[in-house]
Amino acid sequence: MDSIKKKRKPLTSNLITLAIVCVLFAVVFILVETGNATRHMRSMLVPICINIILAVSLNLTVGFLGELTLGHAGFMSVGAYAGCLFSIAMEEILPMALRFPLAMLVGGLVAACFGVLIGIPVLRLHGDYLAIVTLAFGEIIRSIIINLEFTGGAAGLKGTPQDSTFVIAFVVVLITLVVIMNLVNSRHGRAITAIRDNRIAAEACGINVTYFRMLAFVIAAFFAGVAGVLYGHNLSILSASTFDYNKSIELLVIVVLGGMGSIRGSVISAIIITVLPEALRELDDFRMLIYALVLIVMMILNASPRFAALKGKLNYKALADAVRAKSASSKANKGGQTHE
Amino acid sequence: MNKMVPLPSKAIVPERDADKLPILDVRHLGIDFGGLTAVDDFNFTMGRTEIGGLIGPNGAGKTTVFNLLTNVYRPTRGSILVDGVDTLGMSTHQVNKLGIARTFQNIRLFSNMTVLDNVKVGLHNSTKSNLWASVTHGFGYYKAERQAKERALELLSVFHMQDLAGAEAGSLPYGAQRRLEIVRALATDPGIMLLDEPAAGMNPSETTELMENIRKIRDTFQIAIMLIEHDMSLVMGICEGIAVLNYGKIIAKGTPDEIKSNPAVIEAYLGKKGA
Repeated sequence: MDSIKKKRKPLTSNLITLAIVCVLFAVVFILVETGNATRHMRSMLVPICINIILAVSLNLTVGFLGELTLGHAGFMSVGAYAGCLFSIAMEEILPMALRFPLAMLVGGLVAACFGVLIGIPVLRLHGDYLAIVTLAFGEIIRSIIINLEFTGGAAGLKGTPQDSTFVIAFVVVLITLVVIMNLVNSRHGRAITAIRDNRIAAEACGINVTYFRMLAFVIAAFFAGVAGVLYGHNLSILSASTFDYNKSIELLVIVVLGGMGSIRGSVISAIIITVLPEALRELDDFRMLIYALVLIVMMILNASPRFAALKGKLNYKALADAVRAKSASSKANKGGQTHE
Repeated sequence: MNKMVPLPSKAIVPERDADKLPILDVRHLGIDFGGLTAVDDFNFTMGRTEIGGLIGPNGAGKTTVFNLLTNVYRPTRGSILVDGVDTLGMSTHQVNKLGIARTFQNIRLFSNMTVLDNVKVGLHNSTKSNLWASVTHGFGYYKAERQAKERALELLSVFHMQDLAGAEAGSLPYGAQRRLEIVRALATDPGIMLLDEPAAGMNPSETTELMENIRKIRDTFQIAIMLIEHDMSLVMGICEGIAVLNYGKIIAKGTPDEIKSNPAVIEAYLGKKGA
């Protein structure tokens, strides 16, 4: 019976994730406020948040639904353009406090609509086929945006108010985390994970597979859109070329590195993958080489069972047990000595 | 060669169910895969609390029948009435809502999920919480989850598996996985449960226990159970009506005693005398 694995309670695990994120935020926030953060560091804060949102939402389709999608950057770009165009149009009319949340909502909803439109043909497929078709759709979206007038074409979209701040981005990260974690631990999330584990059995349990695949796909698209709006409001110019398949692959790298189906993993690896290329900037020519090497090493480490065992040993509970056992044995020794 | 005349299908519905609408009424069901006729002219009726058996040599088309009944395959001919409703054109999940649940020959659990969550997936359609509740964990989410958990533990206790609720389904021993599949099917609140080789890989004492449990499930939940099984002691022990399938056709139908002495069945299993 030793082989039966007990699963940890998801609720505690989620609270730990939220706690980690909040503590990280507090530390960074204090650093920024006390003037201890360099300008370079500060410029990375919003991109980190954006990548966390993107990775966590992509994890919903890749990790929980179990479908490899390579068009996440496409949804991000749709959201970014929709949100930015909205903000530009409303800049004079609405105050920032109202305009920016609305812009994010608009961006998310437009991306979600695209999720439905693209999902209808794409979700007829599975596995490799689905991956390639989503890749193609991402590229189609990008080339359409480049060729449209009102999106600024290849030159990019200028004039978006720079509303993104670290605090706002962090709030959106929190909302994303809570929504996705809640969803995963619910009737709907169970249906989505059941489809991943066994589609035929899920259907035989009365789950409308088409609906739930679409649901996961659309929710992921929504948050990608919101992240896109944050992105668009962080830079002075929005250019469609940043949303190519390299961006989608980068997001996939984050999800795979963090562990598919692990929200906390996605958060941590989003931070690492965003900071790493910047931290290696001093290496100049060797930067991408070292980056690639670090990635390879991390992937191998993460996939190795020995490293997993080590992580198991290092977790809080195991450490506490070890300390208790040690103190108990030393007490026992002492007791023995006095007896002598 | 013996003439294969199936008995009229009403004959095997037990008397206690005879005056009620059958839970399952299959008429002239058939499917062709390309030029191959996998199942042909399959007629079968199940009473509301009947335990029925479907037996036959390997490749006879038994699992194909199950896949037809659950609309995994679309029949080429014939009709399936579940509780009097024709399932033509429905998808598998709709057929489940009508009242057909099943297990699989090669176990299909949600192996990365816990035992409890596997059963909760079975309870999917009876858990009342909408998308908004799922996302916010408000609006009756906790109540619905608590009810689902209680119900799931209750169902697991049928097989004394409630202590395994937190375990990962894929790490359970083989027999427990088979039992979990039955519990999950039961969770969908079916009118009829289709069990595809429930005793496969079980030892004789486990099989006996399973037999008692199947009977217990029928009695407590008042549902019909149809099973495919190669273990004759199980089939003859609990089935009230048995259909024998060979090359996609029913070659005999009747009570266990009738089946045991039917020359066509003996021939299908053991070959022709003197051949």
